[in-house]
Amino acid sequence: MSAAVSTDGRETGTALDIRGLTTTYGAVRALDDVSFAVPSGRITAVLGANGAGKTTLLRTISGLVPATSGTVALGSHDLSRTPAERMPGLGLAHVPEGRGVITEMTVEENLRLGGLGRRTGTEPVPLERVFDLFQVLGERRHGVAHQLSGGERQMLVIGRALMASPTVLLLDEPSLGLAPRIVAQILDLLGGLARDEGLTVLLVEQNARSALSVADRGVVLSLGRVVADESAATLAGDDQLRHAYLGF
Amino acid sequence: MATSSALPVRAWRRVWSGTGSRHLLLALLGLLAVIVYVEAASDFRNLQFAAFGYLGIAAGGLTVLTGLNGQLSLGHGAFMAIGAYTTALFLDDGSPVVPLLGVLVVATLVTVLAGALIGAAAARLHGPYIAGATLALAVGVPGIALHFSDTLGGEQGLGVVAPPVPVWLLDLDYFFTGRDLTPSRYLSYVVWVCLIVTFVLLANLSRSRVGRRWRAVRDDDVAAEVAGIHLGRARVSAFVVSTACAGLAGAVMALVVRLTAPGGYTLTLSLTLLTAVVLGGLGSLWGALIGAGLLSYLPQLATNVGESLGLDQTRAAELAPLVYGAVMIAVILLAPTGIAGAVRALRARRTARAERPPPQTTESTVQQGEMSR
Repeated sequence: MSAAVSTDGRETGTALDIRGLTTTYGAVRALDDVSFAVPSGRITAVLGANGAGKTTLLRTISGLVPATSGTVALGSHDLSRTPAERMPGLGLAHVPEGRGVITEMTVEENLRLGGLGRRTGTEPVPLERVFDLFQVLGERRHGVAHQLSGGERQMLVIGRALMASPTVLLLDEPSLGLAPRIVAQILDLLGGLARDEGLTVLLVEQNARSALSVADRGVVLSLGRVVADESAATLAGDDQLRHAYLGF
Repeated sequence: MATSSALPVRAWRRVWSGTGSRHLLLALLGLLAVIVYVEAASDFRNLQFAAFGYLGIAAGGLTVLTGLNGQLSLGHGAFMAIGAYTTALFLDDGSPVVPLLGVLVVATLVTVLAGALIGAAAARLHGPYIAGATLALAVGVPGIALHFSDTLGGEQGLGVVAPPVPVWLLDLDYFFTGRDLTPSRYLSYVVWVCLIVTFVLLANLSRSRVGRRWRAVRDDDVAAEVAGIHLGRARVSAFVVSTACAGLAGAVMALVVRLTAPGGYTLTLSLTLLTAVVLGGLGSLWGALIGAGLLSYLPQLATNVGESLGLDQTRAAELAPLVYGAVMIAVILLAPTGIAGAVRALRARRTARAERPPPQTTESTVQQGEMSR
């Protein structure tokens, strides 16, 4: 495991090591030779404008989209050759864009679904653990998921991902369509999980300001290429970069 | 006193709250209802009831595939044909080498084998493509019987001789009813016992983690995949379970109809099954049963009504498809989720209304106002 440096100055191991990752859709190179390391137990924000390749990056890491070339190392496993359904067993959970709540199932059934493919060698996560994190889900555990609000659905899919006991959580646009107060709650919770439980989070977010407020590192993508890979504080303080790529 | 009267209520709640025990209880109640009907009905009604049963088994399997897993099959009639022909090959001369239960199991297993092969190929397809592939099956399989006419009887098909009623069952029925168990009543029992066993298994399966996997794949395959579900395996398993039901349905249909011929397993049968599932409500076993019941009884009912209105027999019989079409249109317009879906929605609305706090009366509002002052 190679070392990276987080915002608090401490050295931390690398949870995911992405090298030369390229993904093409026909003639279009959505990801072009992307390389960076994701420090373990930290939040890394992936930022960039629409079409920069952020969602494709997460989908390639989690095996939903096949990589054309390059590697993604999670410990001794090369994820770029691993089918998506095996990822939770290896400790990688993905919360895709658009939430992916199974609306006809109850909250409890959705959560149990997350536990089906949990990380190999781990004990089942009790539902109460998720209900401690998201009390509203506990109150509505027997309710059908289509009755949940957008914020509750986001909590549900994060809870479902946590049921697999992941070491790495890929989170795609969790703020999409949510009130700022809910977004702040969710980002705070992610910060807590990374800080207190050592969960590694790779967070794709349109709202760069919010993402950098909670992240330790930031990777900026533009047209499928990495244009910056810095600490979150450095990125937030770089006026030129902010104006050019992050829009604030 | 209060404690002793609360005991049965508590025991009832415990049985009803457990998925397996609830399904077993419903199965026992269902069996009781079947016994009452079979014993009371005439031979003709029993054969009609048996037809309702085998359509119900096939529709139950199809609702699992289409309603719970989101795969559209237009070829379930072909899988019924496989089960039926396997049965016919065992029971063509009235001296079976295998007991009836064994024949039904073998017919189901042969269909499962075919279902697994086709399901593995179909798992790579989605939406209209899988519908197209199964449609080809529905059209092609009856043709196999024509091609291998020496073995499968060609256009005329194969006769099926149902095994005699077991002596122990004859004695048991005579002991309770004081009359002989006729072959029609016996076949009705065979079909409905098969249906009850199938439905208990399907109900338990759809409530288990297997059922959760199927529903997850149906609703959001990306979410299912990232949750660790192998999409192909989930689709093939649903296909196999569904074809097992079709195979069993075909096997008991062969017993009841006493003939297995290509004309009985055309595309029309596959579409009829799909209609039953849509009418009853996709994904609901109750719905599949209701749909199969409508298919079995509505034409006869419409004909009877037509005759009582003074139409001659031919005109009255022509009324059946018209009434059937009208019912179909009415269900689609008034209850797009099918009959079972509409009942479920109605119950949900009632529960929500019951849980809503009662509106405050003027008097109580005034009192509250006075108190706040």
